[in-house]
Amino acid sequence: MTEWRGERNDRDARVQAGRVHADGKVVPAGSVVDLLEAILRPGDRVCLEGDNQKQADCLARGLAACDPAKIHDLHMVQSGIVLPEHLDVFETGIAKRLDYSYSGPQGARIARMLYGGQIQLGAVHTYLELFARYFVDLTPNVALIAGVSADRDGNLYTGPNTEDTPTVVEATAFKNGVVIAQVNQIVEKVPRVDIPGDRIDFVVEADTPFYVEPLFTRDPAAMTETQILIAMMAIKGIYAEYGIRRLNHGIGFGTAAIELLLPTYGEKLGLKGKIATHWALNPHPTLIPAIESGWVKQIHCFGSEVGMDRYIRERPDIFFTGADGSLRSNRAFCQTAGLYACDMFIGATLQIDLMGHSSTITQSRVAGFGGAPNMGSDPHGRRHPSDAWMKAGREGQIVGDPALMRGRKLVVQLVETFGEKLVPTFVEKLDALELARKIGLELAPVMIYADDVTHIVTEEGIANLLLCRDADDREQAIRGVAGYTEVGRGRDRAKVEELRARGIIRRPEDLGIEPLDADRALLAAKSIKDLVHWSGGLYEPPAKFRNW
Amino acid sequence: METLTFRHTTKKPLPGSVPNAITGVVASGNLEILLERVLPPDACEVAIETPIAGYGVVWEAVVADFVARAQPGGLRISINDGGARPDTVSLRLLQGARLMEA
Amino acid sequence: MAGNRAASADPDALSWYEATARQRVVALADPGSVREFLPPTERRMSPHLPLFDLPRAFDDGIVVGRATLDGKPVLIAAQEGRFMGGAFGEIHGAKLVGLLRAAIELKPAAVLILFDTGGVRLQEANAGETAIAETMRAIVDARAAGIPVIGLIGGRAGCYGGGGLIAGTCSRLAVSEGGRISVSGPEVIETNKGAEEFDSRDRALVWRTMGGKHRRLIGGADAFCADTVAAFRRAALDLIGRAPAFDLDTLEAEQARLESRIERFGDCRDATDVWARLGVNDPDSVPAMDTRAFDETVARVREANHDAR
Repeated sequence: MTEWRGERNDRDARVQAGRVHADGKVVPAGSVVDLLEAILRPGDRVCLEGDNQKQADCLARGLAACDPAKIHDLHMVQSGIVLPEHLDVFETGIAKRLDYSYSGPQGARIARMLYGGQIQLGAVHTYLELFARYFVDLTPNVALIAGVSADRDGNLYTGPNTEDTPTVVEATAFKNGVVIAQVNQIVEKVPRVDIPGDRIDFVVEADTPFYVEPLFTRDPAAMTETQILIAMMAIKGIYAEYGIRRLNHGIGFGTAAIELLLPTYGEKLGLKGKIATHWALNPHPTLIPAIESGWVKQIHCFGSEVGMDRYIRERPDIFFTGADGSLRSNRAFCQTAGLYACDMFIGATLQIDLMGHSSTITQSRVAGFGGAPNMGSDPHGRRHPSDAWMKAGREGQIVGDPALMRGRKLVVQLVETFGEKLVPTFVEKLDALELARKIGLELAPVMIYADDVTHIVTEEGIANLLLCRDADDREQAIRGVAGYTEVGRGRDRAKVEELRARGIIRRPEDLGIEPLDADRALLAAKSIKDLVHWSGGLYEPPAKFRNW
Repeated sequence: METLTFRHTTKKPLPGSVPNAITGVVASGNLEILLERVLPPDACEVAIETPIAGYGVVWEAVVADFVARAQPGGLRISINDGGARPDTVSLRLLQGARLMEA
Repeated sequence: MAGNRAASADPDALSWYEATARQRVVALADPGSVREFLPPTERRMSPHLPLFDLPRAFDDGIVVGRATLDGKPVLIAAQEGRFMGGAFGEIHGAKLVGLLRAAIELKPAAVLILFDTGGVRLQEANAGETAIAETMRAIVDARAAGIPVIGLIGGRAGCYGGGGLIAGTCSRLAVSEGGRISVSGPEVIETNKGAEEFDSRDRALVWRTMGGKHRRLIGGADAFCADTVAAFRRAALDLIGRAPAFDLDTLEAEQARLESRIERFGDCRDATDVWARLGVNDPDSVPAMDTRAFDETVARVREANHDAR
């Protein structure tokens, strides 16, 4: 006799065991360890919500405090390895296997633990891949998530940082899993229902509000003339040239400089309304001047940003907001938007090799991927045309029937030739390859593969890799914008001049840009305080960015 | 501290008559450049003091490109470096030359 | 000296905070009037820094010279806050002391000190400490000779350590919102007293406690400027016009002012408590106020203006 309800019965038994520690669905913070020990079983697949920003930190502390004799060998499946507790559980044996996406702040420790064999690694994913696998072969048995508030029925308000929560809950709750939410407070009625209560089994009132790090705030005061020059070239040589309306920006200073140049330099070039109107983007404070100047039509967000809540509430025509007025973000949908609905991804990286492969990995850190490889890739499944996409397609097409031609997503790397401490951005061989060998990764952690990259912009100029016709073109195009790095100094000067004649390399002067005009006076805001002024006092920057 | 000196012959003197100028500030990742019109019109000398040793070939390349581009004949250029990147050095050199041409 | 290329030549648009020392001097004074003493071409650099493998500056981080302000002759000194945090070293200090001593003979309408300093340069601390003492003595002598000494504070290094002490001896001070005046810096306080006493990373706290608005409200500074060179120029002209005499009455008034200040506010735990006691209606709104709203607030606070110092 086939058993068709085994998982369901198992789930019911776990919930039953948990109820002992709850009043209805509500569990006091002091009982978290008891609750988890009652519900979890050795070997469970567990998603301990660690997003790019929001962290289920109270539940993370609880899990780390469980008795490893009772709870062990868990398989953690979560996008972010961010808190120390996320790795502590591997040291105590509570967890054994790991599938994840991103580990920025814990990158060095995770590398050591992988090397030391304390973690059995499944794979380092992109966000969309991990989310996809939640529904195929990495479905969590238990999800430990975070929200702002909940009512006693479990209806959950996630606040502006909804992020991964709907995806995690969807995969867990509808496939016989148990969902435990930590919230900052239990309320009579939530401001809006982000997750319906029948998908939440337990609600823990956390001892402290969950922590959110301001990840997307770039202080205009720190922007350099070189970053401004690069931004000018990108606007004139790429945004204007291809008429980029739908796009995603990375989080570096280069793209932040572009955001601050739209209302000044972009305005002077007459580009308002012609570029940068529709965005898949976190609410970058540096985009405020462009929004206020009427450049931006709409923005969908992966998550929120500390200090932007009031501003977003007052700009519902621009942002996606709920009936309560606050931002509704959603990482899975926004990543999909970035992948399929944007004509360009533009962002920075730490290393680029002679073919154009890039990586943010250095020798001792496994930072993971996050979403950059999703957005920084040409989605072959795309079937809707746009002028920008078709133009890029024409430039890249070399053979075949023109009637079967399709477009190309623009994937632009915006880098300075040297990084911090005079470390060269351009290298013969990525550190990622050495790291992969050392810790036995089957795939080298390449952030964006060479065949996806279409342009590289540095202070030396723009290399248009779409127009390259062979490997030599490509290598010299990259060397040609690599400046005074060893890679740059190793260029074939005659070949580089030929590439310049063919428009593959474009210097500032080829674009009609005078490097000495790259001045901080061009920035629409020169300080965080200026951003506050632009926002009419609605932007409330975190204390660490203030100087007033 | 490492001291580097590069001497070049230029095809022409730098236009203008400003006797001297200074640009930039000695700070982390930045530098100051003092330009003085004190040499024969076809000569240019660039002297650098830098706390970061081992980048002689990079300095040589940056200075050579600047001299080829700006033709700063007649200038003695003195640099106090605070660990600036080559692109910053190039930019400051060009800024300095522009001040001298004014 | 052709001077630093200004981010903008227009003093109304040039940010004091962003400008270099030389840009501030050039844009502050009447156009074309600046004559620099011991300019970079003289190469009066620190003899000490090379011993520490540290880079030097051609002017040792301070610009000194003469100029005119609305036609009146002035002497000006400007510290470069980005070079070693604007700190006092031997040459740096000697240039400032020399300028102040020259004032006795030259009898300018005022000496302007554009502070931007973290205090004494660690690598030449003895010379730096001596320079602080000599500077204070020279300021007292200049003021006794009837020459106002005006401090202008709005750079990124603020005015800390010995710089804060020197500022206390000036006839009048102008400060912008970004400017900070204190003796011990935030990190020093945290190191000695713990983060519970003073969290140096809480920048709102730092500015609330040491920043331009607080100093203006309690009368520690006599003028509040928007962050432009033009605003500082207007403030300097105004303060020169109303500099107090340097006599026994002034010193006794200053002593009385400071005594009553510690008596009235000594038990306050936060700057907002001080502002509330000063009669500011909504103390929490002060940091976010723009210049005009803040000026209106200051106008209602009696202690902000005084004839002491």
